Amino acid sequence: MVTAKAQAEDKATFTLSGALAGASRCVPIEISGFAIGLVFGTLAKQAGLGTFEAAAMSALVFSGAAQFVVLGLWTAPLPVAAIVLTTLVVGLRHLLMGAALGPVFSKLPRLKAYGSVFFMADENWALTMGEFAKGRRDAAFLLGGGLLMWFSWTVSTLLGGVFGSAIQNPSRWGLDFAFTAVFLALISGMWKGRSSILPWTVAAAVAVASHHWMPGQWYILLGGLAGSLAGVVRRGV
Amino acid sequence: MVFETLLAIVLMALATYATRAGGLWLASRLDLSERAGAWLDQIPGAILVSLVAPTVLAGGLAEALAAVAVVIVALRTSSLPAAMVTGVGTVVVLRAMETSLL
Repeated sequence: MVTAKAQAEDKATFTLSGALAGASRCVPIEISGFAIGLVFGTLAKQAGLGTFEAAAMSALVFSGAAQFVVLGLWTAPLPVAAIVLTTLVVGLRHLLMGAALGPVFSKLPRLKAYGSVFFMADENWALTMGEFAKGRRDAAFLLGGGLLMWFSWTVSTLLGGVFGSAIQNPSRWGLDFAFTAVFLALISGMWKGRSSILPWTVAAAVAVASHHWMPGQWYILLGGLAGSLAGVVRRGV
Repeated sequence: MVFETLLAIVLMALATYATRAGGLWLASRLDLSERAGAWLDQIPGAILVSLVAPTVLAGGLAEALAAVAVVIVALRTSSLPAAMVTGVGTVVVLRAMETSLL
């Protein structure tokens, strides 16, 4: 079984049909993503960013979590160092996510691998890991979903800035839960029986505790690290 | 565009890209020993559980029940859109019930 898995991991393709599959799987999530982009565009304007500036931020940074958090820091004079440091901290979970792509993506030409990860967000990364877990190895899946999300995020920010958003509070429409639901569905497909119990319990406990006692987004990184390490230790050293 | 705004946005972009590319770069330099591979295998599940745990376990009754509904639909249908619609629909109804009861 180990050799079969190793053989499967030796192959990594990067095809147009993989990209299209990635994009089409992201469409339902993007209904929520678009609404949240409208809200970001609206709030960015209230925080004093121009519509073009907000859209440029969405296109270049492409990270909803980081962008919403820095709006709270957007005062004159602009605390540039604090904004950049906060962005870095919020983005730290990407280190783990990128590492998880490693076994497949390190087999791609560099331009494809390092170009694709610019478009790595929580949602298309999660869908891609779901694909890899099923043994499919088309790395363009990430890029296809990411390009759709990037386009939608930038355009919805622009529209939110120009027209404002009719949806001021996405949680009233359950739109905040759309992402949770998609992640839960993917988790259901990753269950590996009893060996998943310990790492997932540790991840959940550490995430809930860090979310409660620490500010910001640390809970994702800390829960992910603790859970994945617990899974390795359990296997025996 | 004011210079400070442009500077902040460009530096934010560089910081975010560094975290996105950094993990991949580190993983390609780990000798893929069996242990490192086993660790990388555990990351997706652990990150996804961490992303949802505060909402599902410490969010409220509506979120917890909607999560159960999502998992049941996901396991039965293996359909992502069906699971998403179930989750959003259930949470909207239950939150409305919570609000009207309180």
